[in-house]
Amino acid sequence: MAIKITAPLSREDARKLKSGDSCLISGVIYTARDAAHKRLCELADKGQALPLDIKDAIIYYVGPTPAKEGQAIGSAGPTTSYRMDAYSPTLIALGQTGMIGKGKRGAEVVDAMKEHGAVYFGAIGGAGALLSKCIKKAEVIAYDDLGAEAIRRLEVEDFPVVVIIDSEGNNLYQKGREDYLNSIK
Amino acid sequence: MREIKSAQITEVIRRLCIEANCYLPQDIKNCIIESRKAEPWGTAQEILDRIIENYEIADSVPQPICQDTGVACVFLEIGQDVHIDGNLTDAINEGVRQGYTEGYLRKSVVRDPLNRVNTGDNTPAMIYTDIVPGDKVKITVAPKGFGSENMSQIKMLRPSDGVEGVKAFVTKVVEEAGPNPCPPIVVGVGIGGTFDKAAYLAKKALMRSTDERNADPYYADLEKELLEKINALGIGPQGFGGKTTALAVNIEKYPTHIAGLPVAVNINCHVTRHKAEVL
Repeated sequence: MAIKITAPLSREDARKLKSGDSCLISGVIYTARDAAHKRLCELADKGQALPLDIKDAIIYYVGPTPAKEGQAIGSAGPTTSYRMDAYSPTLIALGQTGMIGKGKRGAEVVDAMKEHGAVYFGAIGGAGALLSKCIKKAEVIAYDDLGAEAIRRLEVEDFPVVVIIDSEGNNLYQKGREDYLNSIK
Repeated sequence: MREIKSAQITEVIRRLCIEANCYLPQDIKNCIIESRKAEPWGTAQEILDRIIENYEIADSVPQPICQDTGVACVFLEIGQDVHIDGNLTDAINEGVRQGYTEGYLRKSVVRDPLNRVNTGDNTPAMIYTDIVPGDKVKITVAPKGFGSENMSQIKMLRPSDGVEGVKAFVTKVVEEAGPNPCPPIVVGVGIGGTFDKAAYLAKKALMRSTDERNADPYYADLEKELLEKINALGIGPQGFGGKTTALAVNIEKYPTHIAGLPVAVNINCHVTRHKAEVL
């Protein structure tokens, strides 16, 4: 049974989520990938304001295809998360509580998640058409020049994710694989 | 000498870019459906169901299967009795430009690998040409996503490493990739040639339908054995555990030097796209 959660996500609620939980996210999330993360961290390093409210924010690592007429957004599945590893600890320290992507994360990210209370969600990689149905509204709020990599404010409804790494550092990639291999022994 | 106008090439590439990105090839659909039937692990079954639902939505809208509509890899087999009227490279890139713009596909190419500014129209294409006998031109467009491309590797093995060395390397590459390339994956393997030729063969292997095995029975058996080894790793769909880590392993080989055994592994995701047309 999926857990319904609302975005923005408080630190307290983020800490309640456990690795392996299936969740449906509703509310407001933001998109950012490589180039936008670089810019956000450059601003943070200079102590300047970010173009989004990072406190309790969930950031979705996605660069969607252009929307056709009548669509809120084009196809919009997750991109591989490790490319954001250099930037995530900075944003988590500033208040980010959730990341949506796919693939492994570095130890520096997991340490920041444990220290501050944040979760790493996985969405199904390659399921961009399916996931786009849960995005009801999309609006570019920063870095329009980056095209697909611009920061978008998304309104999502029952967006399906799984907790891959929780705020205690438990990891579904390890456990899921071990459980399966044990089941066929 | 048969004449083909470059405008014809542009039109075919425009259409293939759009179709390849919205309609998953039947051979890949068949692999996913068969893997779903054979998958014993609950979580993995659910993910494979979502993956099937996803390509069905893409088919019916139509819209891109995946938001990473890739770099356009364009393979041309050009008959030696064909003359192409006009600039072939420009014609290909014009097709990509039109296809990616008109098809609402994502533009994912930067002009310079270090000073990264998007070209805005997904050009240039990655162009691969083969001169073959005859008076036809076969054009294959294969949009290649980079989540999986980034997990690809090449290694110059020693001849003494032999087939066991090849098996160990291919399996290691897949295991290191883990959940990153959106498993279930298709594994393209190039064996032999030179450093660059092996990489080319691995990419070319991904062009081959997964319904076809290597024509050489020794390599067909090796493809089957590698698929079994990979699917015993337990990585599973999306890396959450399960049997279905790979849908297929395709190997291409070529003669090589007495001192060498190059092996390249080009990984593709479950959205392995390729569409061809003959002019």
